Amino acid sequence: MSKQAQHWEKTRGLLMVTLAIWFVFSIGIFLFGAEMGEMGGPFGYPLTYWFTCQGSLGIFVILIFWFANRQEKIDEEFGFSEKGDD
Amino acid sequence: MIKGNFIDNLPRVYGIYTGGFLAFIIIMAIGEQMGMTSKAIGICFVAFTVAIYAIIGYLSRTAQADAYYVAGRQVPTVFNGMATAADWMSGASFVAMAGGIYFKGYGYMALLVGWTGGYVLVASLLAPYLRKFGCYTVPDFIGTRYGGNLSRFLAVVVLTVASFTYVTAQINATGTIASVALDIPFQYAVYVGLISILLCSMLGGMRGVTWTQVAQYIVLIIAYLLPVFWISNKMGAGFFPHFMLADEVARIADLESQFGFVKNSAADLATVPKGLAGITKAHSAVNATPWAFISLALAMMMGTASLPHVMMRYFTTPSVKAARKSVGWSLFFIFLLYSSAPMLATLSKLSLMDPNLATGIIGKSIADVQAIDWYQNWNQANLMFVSDFNGNGTLELNEFFMGGKAVVLATPEIAGLPYVISGLVAAGGMAAAMSTADGLILAIANALSHDLYYKIIDPKAETAKRLVVARVLLVVIGFAGATIAAMEIQGILGSVIWAFDFAMSGLFFPLVLGVWWKRANKEGAIAGMALGLASGMGYLIWVRNGGSGFLGITQLTFGIFGSAVSLVSMVVVSLMTPAPDAATQKMVDEVRVPSGKSILGKQH
Repeated sequence: MSKQAQHWEKTRGLLMVTLAIWFVFSIGIFLFGAEMGEMGGPFGYPLTYWFTCQGSLGIFVILIFWFANRQEKIDEEFGFSEKGDD
Repeated sequence: MIKGNFIDNLPRVYGIYTGGFLAFIIIMAIGEQMGMTSKAIGICFVAFTVAIYAIIGYLSRTAQADAYYVAGRQVPTVFNGMATAADWMSGASFVAMAGGIYFKGYGYMALLVGWTGGYVLVASLLAPYLRKFGCYTVPDFIGTRYGGNLSRFLAVVVLTVASFTYVTAQINATGTIASVALDIPFQYAVYVGLISILLCSMLGGMRGVTWTQVAQYIVLIIAYLLPVFWISNKMGAGFFPHFMLADEVARIADLESQFGFVKNSAADLATVPKGLAGITKAHSAVNATPWAFISLALAMMMGTASLPHVMMRYFTTPSVKAARKSVGWSLFFIFLLYSSAPMLATLSKLSLMDPNLATGIIGKSIADVQAIDWYQNWNQANLMFVSDFNGNGTLELNEFFMGGKAVVLATPEIAGLPYVISGLVAAGGMAAAMSTADGLILAIANALSHDLYYKIIDPKAETAKRLVVARVLLVVIGFAGATIAAMEIQGILGSVIWAFDFAMSGLFFPLVLGVWWKRANKEGAIAGMALGLASGMGYLIWVRNGGSGFLGITQLTFGIFGSAVSLVSMVVVSLMTPAPDAATQKMVDEVRVPSGKSILGKQH
C-alpha cells in the first residue's frame, strides 16, 4: 500500500472516532433526555440541563483541539505536514 | 506606536483597542453620574463603535484579488477564531437566544447544541480540505472539483438562497438597534445599519471584514458577559454564574410548581400585543420529545457545515494545520457567549418570578407593577405587558408577558444596573448583527463576482475590473437586503433557521462527498444540489400551506428531508454515470494531504 493510501486510512480512522464521540454528545445522550433529567449533574444542575448549557458545548471544543492534534501527528508520521508555517 | 508588520503586532493592536473600549465604558459611566441623559449615552455607544469599525474598514482597503477575497491568507488562528465567532454569532444569537431559552427551555436549547456541534463537522470533514484546495469561495471548490459551469452555477444559487434568507434578518436587527439607540424610525434606521455594514467591507473585502470582525467580537463579548456577571453578583447568586446557579435553577423549578402553568383562554391571549409571550414551559426540565430535540440539533449541525460565510473564514488562514486549529478557537469563542445565555435567562427569570426578591413582580398587585419605571419604559417599547385576566388584582405567572428581546435588553435595567450597561448592550447587539451581515453579504457578492462574473461570464477580466464588479455587487445586494428588511416580513429567528436548512439541503453532501468520495462526479453533484434544494424548498412551502409533513419534520427542520434527497440522488446519479477522469481523481488525492501546492493558484 502506498504511503498516501496508508495516510488516508489513518485519517479516515480518526474521522470515525471523532464522529462517534460527536454523535454521542450531540445526538446519543439526548435520546435519554428525560431519564437524564432526573439525575444530578456537575455543579448541582440537572444532568440534561447541564449538557445543553455547558457539557456538550465544552466537549465539542475539546474534541476539535484533540482532533486537530491527532491529525497533525498523522500528517507528520507520513511526512505530509506543511513546512515553514504555523 | 506600532513598528513593523501589522500581522506581528496584532495582539498589541487589539490589546490597545480593548483597553480603549474599556476606558470608553468608564468615561460613559462617569458621564452618567454627571447627568448625561440615557439617550446621549446610547447614541455615543453606537456612534463610537461604528466609527471605529469604519476606520478599520478604511485602513484595510486593498486592490489585490487575494487580499480582497481571502485576506491574503495570513490571518493567525486565534484571530481568525475571533473573527469567525463574530461572523457566526448574529443579532439573533445576541439579542434573541437568551429569550428563546427563557420561554422555551429545553426544546430551544437544541439550537445551542446544534450551533456548536456543527463545528466538529466543519473541522473534521471540510475546512482543512477546502483550505488546501485554495479556493476563494465555496462554489469555487464545487466548480473545480466537479467541473463545468452548471455545477458552479448551482452552488452559487444554493449559496445565494441560503445567505440572502439570513442576511435580511441581520440587516433587520441592525435597523432595530439603530432605531432604538439613535431614536429614528425603523425604515430609515435600516439604511443607517446598512451603510455601517458596507463601510466595513466595501474597500477591503475579506481583509476589511476580518479585522472589523475581530474588533466586533471584542465589543460583543464584553457587552454580553459584563451584565451577566454583574447581575449575578448583585443578586448574590454567585460571583461566577456558570458554576454557581444550581440553586437558582432549582428555585425556578420550585416556583413553577408552586404557581403552576395556567393556560390562558384564546380571548384573553388576543388582548396581548403581538410578539409577546408568557412563561408556559418548564425552565430546566425536559419538555420536548427526543426526536424534536435531535432533529433540530442535527439540522443546525449540518447547516453549520454548509453555510458559506463560515466556511470561507477558514480560507484565510496561512495553512491547513492553522485552519483546523482555528475551528477549535472559533468554537471556544462562541462557547463563551453560548454558555452564558442560559445563565442570563435563569437570572432574568428568577429576578422577575421570585416574590422574595425586591425585583420580583409575580404576586404583587397589578397596579404596583404598572407603576414601576422600567415596566412603563418597556411596555411603551412594546416588549412588556401585564393584564389582570382573573380579576383578583394580583399579578399571576400567566398574566405577565414579555418580548424575547427583552431578556437581553431589559434585564440590566430590571436588576438595577446603571444605564451605561444598556448602552453597552446596544453596541454589542449592533456589533453582532453587523459582523454577521458583513460576512453574508460578502459571501454572496464574492460568489457572484468571482464564480458567476469572472469564471463563467468574463474569464479574461482584469483584477481591477473584477474588484469593481465585486464592490458594485456588494452594494446592490446590501440594498436589496435592506429593502426587504424594511418590509418587516418575518421575525429574526425564523429566517435564520431557514437559512441553515436551505444550505444543508443543497450543499452539505456535494461538499462532503467531494472530499470523502472519489467516485462522486459532476452529474451526481448537479443532481444533489438541484434536487436537494428543490425538495427542501418544496417541503417548506408544503408545510407552510397547511401540509401535515411526515416523520416529525417541521418547517424548522426541512433540511433533513432536503439533504436526504440530496444524498440519495447524488449517489444514485454518480453511480449511473461514468467515474470522474484520472486528473480529477488525482486532484482529490492531493486535497487529502496538507503538504504540497494548493489546487488553485494564489491568484486565480
